[in-house]
Amino acid sequence: MSGTKIKGLDLTTIREEFPVLDQQVNGKPLVYFDNAATTQKPKAVIDSLVSYYSSYNANIHRGIHTLAEKATAAFESTREAIRAFINASSTEEIIFTKGTTESINLVAATWGKENIHKGDEIIVSGLEHHSNMVPWQILAAEKGAIVKIIPVNANGELILSDLNNLITDKTKIIALNHVSNALGTINPIAEVIKIAHSKNVKVLIDGAQAVSHLDIDVQKLDADFYAFSGHKMYGPTGIGILYGKKALLEEMPPYQGGGEMIKEVTYASCSFNELPYKFEAGTPNIADAIALKASVDFINKFGKQAIREVENQLLEYATQKLSAIPGLTIKGTAKEKVSVISFVIEGIHHQDLGILLDQEGIAIRTGHHCTQPLMGHFGIPGTARASFAVYNTFEEIDRLEAGIKKAVKMLK
Amino acid sequence: MSAAEKTVKEIQNQVVEEFSFFDEWDEKYAYLIELGKKLEILDPSHKTEEKKIKGCQSQVWLNSYLKDDKIYYQADSDAVIVKGLVSLLVRVFSGHPPAEVAQADIDFIDEIGLKQHLSPTRSNGLVSMLKQMKLDAVAFQALLQSKQ
Repeated sequence: MSGTKIKGLDLTTIREEFPVLDQQVNGKPLVYFDNAATTQKPKAVIDSLVSYYSSYNANIHRGIHTLAEKATAAFESTREAIRAFINASSTEEIIFTKGTTESINLVAATWGKENIHKGDEIIVSGLEHHSNMVPWQILAAEKGAIVKIIPVNANGELILSDLNNLITDKTKIIALNHVSNALGTINPIAEVIKIAHSKNVKVLIDGAQAVSHLDIDVQKLDADFYAFSGHKMYGPTGIGILYGKKALLEEMPPYQGGGEMIKEVTYASCSFNELPYKFEAGTPNIADAIALKASVDFINKFGKQAIREVENQLLEYATQKLSAIPGLTIKGTAKEKVSVISFVIEGIHHQDLGILLDQEGIAIRTGHHCTQPLMGHFGIPGTARASFAVYNTFEEIDRLEAGIKKAVKMLK
Repeated sequence: MSAAEKTVKEIQNQVVEEFSFFDEWDEKYAYLIELGKKLEILDPSHKTEEKKIKGCQSQVWLNSYLKDDKIYYQADSDAVIVKGLVSLLVRVFSGHPPAEVAQADIDFIDEIGLKQHLSPTRSNGLVSMLKQMKLDAVAFQALLQSKQ
């Protein structure tokens, strides 16, 4: 695929923007197919981090000196870029966290604390990552609430017809991912939100796997909460976002106490700061928040549609190539999916496959992908997963195919 | 210990020598896979939850017992490369006084270029298995001392 152009997208140039890709692993050119775990970072993101630390490192919001003002402006300009990226109505709705997991925990710990009571019900989907299951299980255990599961069919799609029966008068919130990390399934979240809202139920979307692939419009979706991470969208680790509807965020108690989140503190009491600062106690991850803007700019420069086009071609090519390998079964064959192929090979343990591919310089993910209940549903301990990003190529998929064939031969 | 018996260190050296014959990674791994497949079958009665060492990716079952004041290990894994590595650890550690095993340094995995398999990640059960092998040796050592 290198050298080809898709709607003006020169893919050779895109690849050159990612310094990490230009290296050998175990003596072979690196093939990086673990993009669902974390994407690589373009030069612009790396440069942004270097620039912050080498020219205007300062704490933000309270300083009156020049560096503090510059850092504050850069930090807040990411907030605005993220607002536009997901079409939130105000920057007050954009809370910086350290990642998707913290965003979800924040909602469980604050909104959940106020709104979930004994006997209440929380619905999660059978496709959830542990990050969007465990916080709700912890909350349910604390409050005496119940966690119910939206079932999954054999293709790895949610069985939505069951949702109406699952929702009762006791249901308070539905938490589900936009895209499944283990299978790549794109969930019909707009439909779920519509059903939920018709029954006065709130919805939290885990968008970790969606943000780099799909267009997200939180207003159009009418999502109550939308959580995602910087590092899965070509941005830095340690920075994440929680979007919440302003009215909901205003009603929620603060998450953590400390600096930044207060308005006034006396020895006897305190009042809380305004949104979004109410939820951002302590010195935030300034450098990574600033560099996140560079990743938003990177995605916007090409547009998600063009990126998706590249990824879909890679997915189609890989699906075709891998399906032809004897004994290989793809898990997760949803009609709507992103560029993730999860698979098992008869008689071969995924870890053995992962180890041998690594020797060929090919990075895939193996294991249960932190979705143990879902793996249980399929009756398997785990899968091998190749996930593609805009910088991957057809040649790399050929190498994956050859690597799998070689590994199978060695292991059989 | 009689002079004819090899120490843990000597067996490690022997393994390192065996692996030094392989120039290519695929030969080394093919040998590991072969060792894995040849590992003595662990009696199903030992494949219990209690004896299972859980990893994120693969599981290992470990059984240890004392015979003539020496410690012996039996093990199994659901992944064959791990099983090959397990077979090496079983071979190196079995048949020695527990005190020797408890104090032994394990450096052969590193020397044969397979160190990544003993990296402190949660990805496999091997590190936990090694720890359990040592703990069992310490327990048997204490048992032997209490008998003296």
